[in-house]
Formats: sequence, C-alpha cells, structure tokens
Amino acid sequence: MWGISGWGCWLAYVFCILSAILCVIYGVVMWNRGDEEADEAEIAKWAKEQREIEERF
Amino acid sequence: MALNVVLVIMYLLIVAYLGYRGWHETQTAADYMIAGREVHPYVMAMSYGATFISTSAIIGFGGAASLFGMGILWLTWMNIFFGIFVAFAVFGKRTRRLGLVLDAHTFPELLGRRYQSKFIQGFSGIIIFLFMPVYAAAVLIGISRFVEVYLRIPFAAAVLSFSVILALYVILGGLKGVMYTDAFQGTIMLIMMVILLVYTYLLAGGVIPAHRYLADMAYLVPEHLTEVGHRGWTEMPRLGSPHWWILISTLICGVGIGVLAQPQLVVRFMTVKRDRELNRAIPIGGIFILAMTGIAFTVGNLTNVIFYKAFGEIPISMAGGNIDKVIPLYVGKIMPSWFGSLFLLAMLAASMSTLSSQYHVGGTSLGRDLFEKGIGGGRIEHGEGTIFITRVGIALSIMLCIVFSLIFSPSIIAVATAIFFGLCGATFLPSFLFGLYWKGMTKAGAIFSVLGGFMVSMIWMGFFHAKGAHALGISNYLFGKPTLAGFPWTVIDAQFIALPISFALAVGVSLLTRKLPGEHIERCWKYL
Repeated sequence: MWGISGWGCWLAYVFCILSAILCVIYGVVMWNRGDEEADEAEIAKWAKEQREIEERF
Repeated sequence: MALNVVLVIMYLLIVAYLGYRGWHETQTAADYMIAGREVHPYVMAMSYGATFISTSAIIGFGGAASLFGMGILWLTWMNIFFGIFVAFAVFGKRTRRLGLVLDAHTFPELLGRRYQSKFIQGFSGIIIFLFMPVYAAAVLIGISRFVEVYLRIPFAAAVLSFSVILALYVILGGLKGVMYTDAFQGTIMLIMMVILLVYTYLLAGGVIPAHRYLADMAYLVPEHLTEVGHRGWTEMPRLGSPHWWILISTLICGVGIGVLAQPQLVVRFMTVKRDRELNRAIPIGGIFILAMTGIAFTVGNLTNVIFYKAFGEIPISMAGGNIDKVIPLYVGKIMPSWFGSLFLLAMLAASMSTLSSQYHVGGTSLGRDLFEKGIGGGRIEHGEGTIFITRVGIALSIMLCIVFSLIFSPSIIAVATAIFFGLCGATFLPSFLFGLYWKGMTKAGAIFSVLGGFMVSMIWMGFFHAKGAHALGISNYLFGKPTLAGFPWTVIDAQFIALPISFALAVGVSLLTRKLPGEHIERCWKYL
C-alpha cells in the first residue's frame, strides 16, 4: 500500500487525493451552472452597505 | 540574514502596494459586486484558502503530524471534503442567497436575522470576539516560532515585532479584504509548499521508499507514546487509546467539522454575486487545500525519516518536546537557505492573510453584532460610536492575541486552533445548518442550541477534559478533584459531546415551540 503499513493511514492518503479529484470533477461539471438571474437591485443594495462597513476600517 | 531582510521588505512593499491599490480602486469583494463584475474563480478560491490556511495548519498541525503519524491525513480529507466541497456546495450557495434577502453582513447577523433574534446576534458576537484571539494566538505563535527557530530571535521579540508589522498592515488597509492581496499571499504559499513536498520526497528517496522507511521506524516511538496508543507513524493509534481519542476527537473532528461554522469563512460566501463563482472556486480550493494541509502533514511525518537519517534522532526529541518547533527546525536544518528565506515569506503571507480576517471579524463582532445590533437592539445607526467600538474591538483582539501568545504553553498551536473550531462547531453549526435547510427551526430552538452548545463546551473544558480542567483549575477548586470523570472522558474533545447536544436541543426545542411567522420564512426561502 504505497509503503504505508496501516490501512487506516493508507485510506486517509487515498481519500485526500480522491476528495481533491471530486472537487475538480464537480467544478468542471458545474463550471457554467449557477448563472441564475439575480436581483441586481438587491445585490447592489447589499454590496453598498458592505462597502460602508468596510470603509470603517 | 541580509537576503532574508531584503526579501521580507520586498514582500511587505508588494503587499502594501496591493493594499494601496485596493484602497483607491475597486478591489474588495463588495466593490466587484457594485461594479457588476464577477471575482475570478482563482482569486475567490485563493482568497478563501489563504484565510482558511495559516501558520496554524502548516507549522502547528505539520508539527503535530510528526508526532501523531499519517492518521492525521484524515484531517486533510475533512479539510477538502467538508471545508471546501460541503462548505461551498451545501452551505455556501444557500448562505449567499439567505444573506442577500436578509441583508446580513456578518455571521452572527445572518443567524440573528434568520431567527429574528437580537440576542443570538449579540451573544454570538461576544463569543466570537472573546474566543477568536485564542485561534489568532495559534496563528501568531506559528509565525513567531518559525522566526524564533529560523532567525534565532527570542520568541517574545518575534511575537511583538510581528504584531507591529501586522498593526501597520491593518492601518494600511489590510482589513479591507482586498482580494488580490489574499490571492497573492495564497499563491506564494502554494508555490513554496509544492517545492517543500518535492524536495522532501526526493531527499527521503522517493514516495514509496520514504513511506516504507517511516513504517520501519515504528520501534523508535518513545515508550511514553506507545503506552498511550502510538503504534508507529504509518499506523492509526490503538483504537480507544488516549492517543486515538486526541487524534480523532480533537485534531481531526474538532477542526474538520468546526470549519463549517467559522465566522471569518462564512462571510466569504456572502460576498459572491452568483452560485457560478462558488462552483468554479471548488476545484481550485480543493487542490489548494490538498497542497497546504496535505503537504504540511506529509512533510511533518517525513521529518522523522529525514531527521533520523541526518542526525540519528526523531524530530520530537530534537525540538525538545515542543512540536510547534518541528517544521521550523526542518526548514532551518534541512532545506537549502534560499528556500528558508522564501518559506519565511510564505509563512508571513499565511499568517497575515488569516490574522487580518480574524481581527476584522473580532472588531465587527464587537462593533456591529454586540454594540449596534445586540445591546443597541438595532436602534443605533452606523455612526461614530460603532466605528469607535469596532476599532476598539480590533485593538483589543490584537492585544488579547499577543497576551495569549506569550502565556500559552509549548505544543499549543494545534490544540488552541481545535478549541476555537470545536467551539464554533458546537455553538453555531446546528442553527446555521437548519437555518439554511429547515423551515421548522424556531427562534427558541436556535437560542437553546447556541446557548446549550456553548455552555456544554465550557463545562466540558472546565470539568471533564483533562488538559482544559488542569489548566483552568476550577474543578479542583470547587470539587477538590482535577476532573469530574475518568478515562476516556478526560481525553474526549468538548465538541464531540457538545455538538450532538446542540443538535438535539435544536430539533427537540423547535418541535415544541412556536414557529417563526410564515411571511418571514417565505422571505428567507425566496431564493433557497
């Protein structure tokens, strides 16, 4: 098992790589999804207040 | 030394320049939204990743890996699967939409408005304000230990001098969350960690030979560790042993689950315009986290191989028992000097990007959540009072962080980080999750869950968990016993107990109490 004696540790090593691959596959499949119509006025209102908060710093 | 100074000054000048540009141009996430532009997915992912990953993960948990073995890689799996995939795909999208309809700008504000409770907002604000410095101290200790070991500067001097640099960074606009600054810092971290991994594996003779050598070193595990369950670096600890409980309940689950309810990370989801930006950030984020904690933990383990081959000693004994010094020692004694100088920059980047967001959240928790909305009950408008309290909050966060850094014991980085992550998980996660997915969650259910999760965590740390109870001494003072229960309770992390109770309270109390008004729920679910 790639030189790793315990299966618990070997699985952890493999799962790390698999979960990163899962992220890549999800991102590729969903790359152009989630482009729904957003309420521009609502977003603009939220963003303006956010900037006001940030400007306090 | 001269090269180090030149590189640090160059790095600080670049960060200052990016901060200056961000100050004058449209560079923050909010500016992008106002301008109707989308943040580039690389910038979004790096910005999130640089806030998430700090010297705590690389130096603190990297050092812990040299002690606990490769089982700690389960935390990397959780960091990627929960910290990126679940956080973005399951929590992130709904958080963005709910934050928008509720006009929420902080994590406590999101919870407070979702449950129509100023108490939740104020109480959450004070918890975050008070405990964030514990996590910030872990990050500050990380960079300071590196400076102490690598540049041979006394630890206290390193803490204070880095705090001065950070204060300057804050004054120059570092708290504004300038996306390019975070992305620049994330990129430096990424490059240096990849070099670290490749060099280490080459030095250890290749991937499989390195693992094999490490597996064959099991007989070198010190006796005091084998007694508590350590079975070698490529084996999980003995099931149910103290070592197993600490690894699983504190280091892996404490941080792996708690990441989902981190105030400084949750706000990142709200500063995104469309779900598409989150979808696109997931692959870059997943790879980034693999390259950060995956590499730090693997190299942490392999320091055993390299140190033993080079000096005939394992790192924990070379570091005098302080695991926080293992990675700095490795970089200082084994890696080439050019790498050490650049790694110093990467650690500066890792700590500055996280600390600035921690101070930001600490300040807003006190100013906006507690003072303006909690105590003020929403009647206080944004004004000089709030600005003053927010700045006081930031200053207090920085000072508390310095004090904690100087008084905490050695080998504390991973534990302090796990305490904060676990506390956030137990206190906020049920209310946050159900707030996004369950219309039936009531205001009383949320209050009981938040209060219950927090109080059980505190009681567990003060009276049951051995390390916490010994440090605080309350149990001994009140009951004449260091802890109120014996093994295994003394080594089980507070979140392991408090989170299920917090979930049970959320569900149980919600089923028995009055629902939130229908029109409010409809408003919350407008985009969900």
